[in-house]
Amino acid sequence: MGWGTAAPVAVEGTHRLARMPELSRAEVAHVAMLARIQLSDAELDKLAGQLDQIVGFVATVGEIAADDIPPMSHPLPLVNVSRPDVVRPSLSSADALAAAPDAQAGRFAVPRILDEE
Amino acid sequence: MSVLDAVVDYDDAIARYDPVMGLEVHVELNTATKMFCGCATGFGAEPNSQVCPVCLGLPGALPVVNAAAVESAIRIGLALNCSIAPWCRFARKNYFYPDMTKNFQTSQYDEPIAFDGYLDVEIPNAAGDGTEIFRVEIERAHMEEDSGKSLHVGGSTGRIQGAEYSLVDYNRAGVPLIEIVTRPVRGAGERAPEVAKAYVAALRDLLKALDVSDVRMEQGSVRCDANVSLMPRGEQELGTRTETKNVNSLRSIERAIRYEISRHAAVLDSGAAIHQETRHWHEDTGVTTSGRPKSDADDYRYFPEPDLVPVAPSSDYVEQLRTTLPEPPDQRRKRLQKDWGYTDLEMRDVLNAGATELIEQTVADGASPAAARKWWTGELARRANADGRTIDDLGVTPAHIAELSGLVASGRLNDAMARQVLDGVVAGEGTPTEVADARGLALAQDDGALEAAVDKVIAANEPIAAKVREGKLNAAGALIGGVMKEMRGQADAARARELILARLT
Repeated sequence: MGWGTAAPVAVEGTHRLARMPELSRAEVAHVAMLARIQLSDAELDKLAGQLDQIVGFVATVGEIAADDIPPMSHPLPLVNVSRPDVVRPSLSSADALAAAPDAQAGRFAVPRILDEE
Repeated sequence: MSVLDAVVDYDDAIARYDPVMGLEVHVELNTATKMFCGCATGFGAEPNSQVCPVCLGLPGALPVVNAAAVESAIRIGLALNCSIAPWCRFARKNYFYPDMTKNFQTSQYDEPIAFDGYLDVEIPNAAGDGTEIFRVEIERAHMEEDSGKSLHVGGSTGRIQGAEYSLVDYNRAGVPLIEIVTRPVRGAGERAPEVAKAYVAALRDLLKALDVSDVRMEQGSVRCDANVSLMPRGEQELGTRTETKNVNSLRSIERAIRYEISRHAAVLDSGAAIHQETRHWHEDTGVTTSGRPKSDADDYRYFPEPDLVPVAPSSDYVEQLRTTLPEPPDQRRKRLQKDWGYTDLEMRDVLNAGATELIEQTVADGASPAAARKWWTGELARRANADGRTIDDLGVTPAHIAELSGLVASGRLNDAMARQVLDGVVAGEGTPTEVADARGLALAQDDGALEAAVDKVIAANEPIAAKVREGKLNAAGALIGGVMKEMRGQADAARARELILARLT
């Protein structure tokens, strides 16, 4: 692999973990919608509080992350991990479909797509 | 299908509004394997036979970047005059749609591998008597992966609307894509649709020259999304844009943008506002229809992909790749036209026939440029057209044509015989020499038989011969025809004419 190595450089626009404002019930409802998780009002009340606490725990990282510590997205200081462009065996179609709840004509069958919009 | 939208005449629209375009082109790379796994990428395989735990998004499966795809991405960036990021990452673009197994697409977000470039495209000039260069600025080119293919079942149209359920094939899921995004293209005025078409054509030629993609628009290996907005003439603030999807031929790009300009103008003229939305292009009716409005569902919640480490190409590596860039297609065209001595019109025929590479190879194999052009843009283009095929798909190679034109140049075959030989080559009977031998096609090599035929035909057509003797040389045509018939076509008509005139004048 001929990429060589280059030192990581701080990239403009990378988002630093800022201390987040309190997570509102409405925000949790929005995120639940984006994640297609249906929550009852009671669950929302409970989870909004818990999520807010979790975000609070994580935000303590911000107390030691000074400007001279670049944000990271991976725990290991590695770059350029790659593989050569060589074909490896795929699953058989039968194996690929074995765990599908429904299949037809060698394809995964899924519920209608536009219904929810 | 919704009611047809109002449109205003294109020239009226342009008289009052300046169009601004943004073009997003997705290019499928021609790597042997997918972006993040070793599954094959070939087109047309049995459904779900080129899938594995990684591209099916099964729990615990981990992606690894395809080195060849990164190399292609950098070469594309360099060819588009972009800067190459010394360090960049992949990001997850989260959305729910069954064509993406993981519920996110692995893409790049605020750290594209290539950025800030341009592509110069050639368009007819405003006066209409030549061409001029229009510079399209490139904002970014980034790496991502393709989605699976859905087949919508039920409903009457086969479209997604009204379908009862969908069937998904993930062979395409994970195929490496490069998305190339322009900056807003302004100042093209009435020629905006032409600029868009010329840009995608130039991009396609460039990608082909780089040999990084099959660039088959009809198979979806190059796909264009066209953003269009209008500003009232004289204003500087961009209008609301629409994004037209599924524009998959050069002609459609031009038509779809022209249509959207006319439609936007009608909406704005009526005092209403353009809704920011996706539009679907319909090739058959030549209109766009409303798709999905931009909504909360477009909150993609991008974040850096934790399963992949950064891509950090060294400057040595980037410079080494720069040395592999091909001659830019427009310069190459100009050089070849000069080398071959073609007129502008002849060169245009060559480009329209897609025969540049074929002619280049045919000339390299020994044919004259004139003969190579005549065969590829004439007889072979005609045959391909009649069969609905492309000229490189006829089973005829540049080596065949070089050999065939050699047989004509040496006097063994005349043009009519050469076409018969070509029939045999197309039918798979062998090389031109083998076909000519097998079919017994050859001009008479000594004049003995030909002279006998000339004498016989003159004797049998004394009234015509008399006219020729009186100086009516045109009359000789009938005698030449008689000789060719006598020789069963196996003679050089020009030589027959010489012999006839030698006897009668």
